[in-house]
Amino acid sequence: MTNQRKNTLTGLLFISPWLIGFLFFMAYPIYSSLKMSFEKVFITPEGIQSEFVKLDNYQYALFKDPYFMDEVFNFTKTVILMVPIVVIFSMIVALLINQPIKMKGMFRAVFFLPVVISSGAVINELFAQGAGTIPMVEQYGIVTMLKDSLGPGLADPIIEVIQKFILILWFSGVQILIFLAGLQKINRSIYEAAAIDGASPWETFWKITLPGLKPFILVNLIYTTVDLFTNSVNDVIKLIKENMFKIETGFGYATALSWIYQGLILLILLVIFFFFRNKEGKKERKLGYRKPRVKRGTVS
Amino acid sequence: MKSIAEHEKITPPAGSVLAKGMYGKNPLLLRARRLLLGKQGNDGLIFKFFTYYLLICIGFVYLYPILFILSQSFKSMDDLLDPTVMWIPREFNLENYIQAWQVLDFPKTLSTTLMNAALPAVAQTISCALVGYGFAKFSFPGKPIFFVLMIITFIIPAQVVMIPLYLLFENYGMTGSSLPFILPAIFAMGIKSTLFILIYTQFFKSIPVALEEAAQIDGAGRISIFFRIVLPISVPAMMVVFLFSFVWHWNETYMASLYLGDAMSTLPLKLQEFNDAFKNMFGGSQAASAKTDINESIKLAGTMLVIFPLLVLYFVAQRWFVEATDKTGISGE
Repeated sequence: MTNQRKNTLTGLLFISPWLIGFLFFMAYPIYSSLKMSFEKVFITPEGIQSEFVKLDNYQYALFKDPYFMDEVFNFTKTVILMVPIVVIFSMIVALLINQPIKMKGMFRAVFFLPVVISSGAVINELFAQGAGTIPMVEQYGIVTMLKDSLGPGLADPIIEVIQKFILILWFSGVQILIFLAGLQKINRSIYEAAAIDGASPWETFWKITLPGLKPFILVNLIYTTVDLFTNSVNDVIKLIKENMFKIETGFGYATALSWIYQGLILLILLVIFFFFRNKEGKKERKLGYRKPRVKRGTVS
Repeated sequence: MKSIAEHEKITPPAGSVLAKGMYGKNPLLLRARRLLLGKQGNDGLIFKFFTYYLLICIGFVYLYPILFILSQSFKSMDDLLDPTVMWIPREFNLENYIQAWQVLDFPKTLSTTLMNAALPAVAQTISCALVGYGFAKFSFPGKPIFFVLMIITFIIPAQVVMIPLYLLFENYGMTGSSLPFILPAIFAMGIKSTLFILIYTQFFKSIPVALEEAAQIDGAGRISIFFRIVLPISVPAMMVVFLFSFVWHWNETYMASLYLGDAMSTLPLKLQEFNDAFKNMFGGSQAASAKTDINESIKLAGTMLVIFPLLVLYFVAQRWFVEATDKTGISGE
């Protein structure tokens, strides 16, 4: 009994840095920023003064602010387009690297390089100098073609994705590694068995590889979404920061914006979860039906 | 991706009825077919060719921006304006680098950046190890709740807590130094701490319990076991965490510009203000020739200088970065 209590205390001791950190650098700031988002904050020479304004900040952000909702809406559209591209692209690259090829290490190193060097400043610089897009895209007039054939509402996000194509690829480094780890976890002998049964690589991919990668697809969807939303090269968080030091808006309004932003992230993550949970449920039901049939087969 | 799909669709598995019917009679044709399409569908020459072709193409697109910076940064004004000079400048113009070096105030900024990245990284490496060990090897009341709370902190964007934290740091006079990064790192909060704690948790879980039990029988306490047995065999995980933490702190600009203010500047921050800094330094005299005017090459030379230390680090420690997922099970189940 005493041993167990000692064990408990030691465990708590080990995580105590996190507990303290969580209280001071997460729980308190969250409480404080939630409170602040309902206030108008003035910075006066005597210190910070605030005045309770109910939902004014939120109302202004949602219905009156000329930029915020526009930016949020545009950014969300881009994210919804980018996340599947990043995940599918990184899966393809992982599948390619997982083939028995030479210089595997070198290819992995190349695809991971952007994770190391891509800071907000560097990426902005790249775009300013036109190194963020493939020159071919501009040359062949794909952008103007898209603009002509689709309406601006649909074409704009697609064009943005094309123009940021290299950036999208650059966001795939971690995801590729996660998929590679996932591919290595799929049992080799299943592939061998399938090959003996005469399954083509095409069938093998859909029936064995893809289901095996499913948990990793979920991990990557979440990681990519969070990564895109918290990355410092997006216009929404730039806007939040700008509002911090504007006299007419200030800290209170900026925190309200960040809470709306947070709500959006949660919403998108929930949608992803919901989508995946449904799929998982169906799969289990299918398995449940199959089981008795297998049993009957073995008996007879 | 389409090419693989098509390629695999039109390839009937070797040894199938179709293959035998068409080529079965001629052993030479069959062998040629085997060589080109392979026995299993993914070991033929055509498939290999496609794999390498795609990988090299994608690899080039990946490296394109870096090659572009490198080539552009050596160009002189004349080369920049001359459309016939594409990749290789006529002469390697080091002038750009000299000017960018001065604008960035490179030696001084490099040392601040190094400090601003290394100190929080060390703190995070140690604190997250402690917390990860606590989560991996102990059971205590509230553990699942703490764990979920930890995961949730990963989803919360920095913007939500940024302003109260800024006011807090400002209150205690810590802005303008590295402390706003070091302090949260000591308490396992900082940049992407959740990820690091998860890496450690996965890694420590893979250490056999027998090892710790043996030490316990020999009379060692849990804390000394951690420092004397667990940590020494956890060097791979610690390397991974340190390197990632270092790089992410190095690249951080959003919070850095807020917390550091004007008192300190890191390389990426200096790059953001490159234009203004350049004008202050060189644009003072009106009579300045075109050479001292800012151009893309100088800015890209600056960009190159900013990423160069990271490239060196990546070159040296590449395997730690890339094998992170294998070594530590970061991907989680």
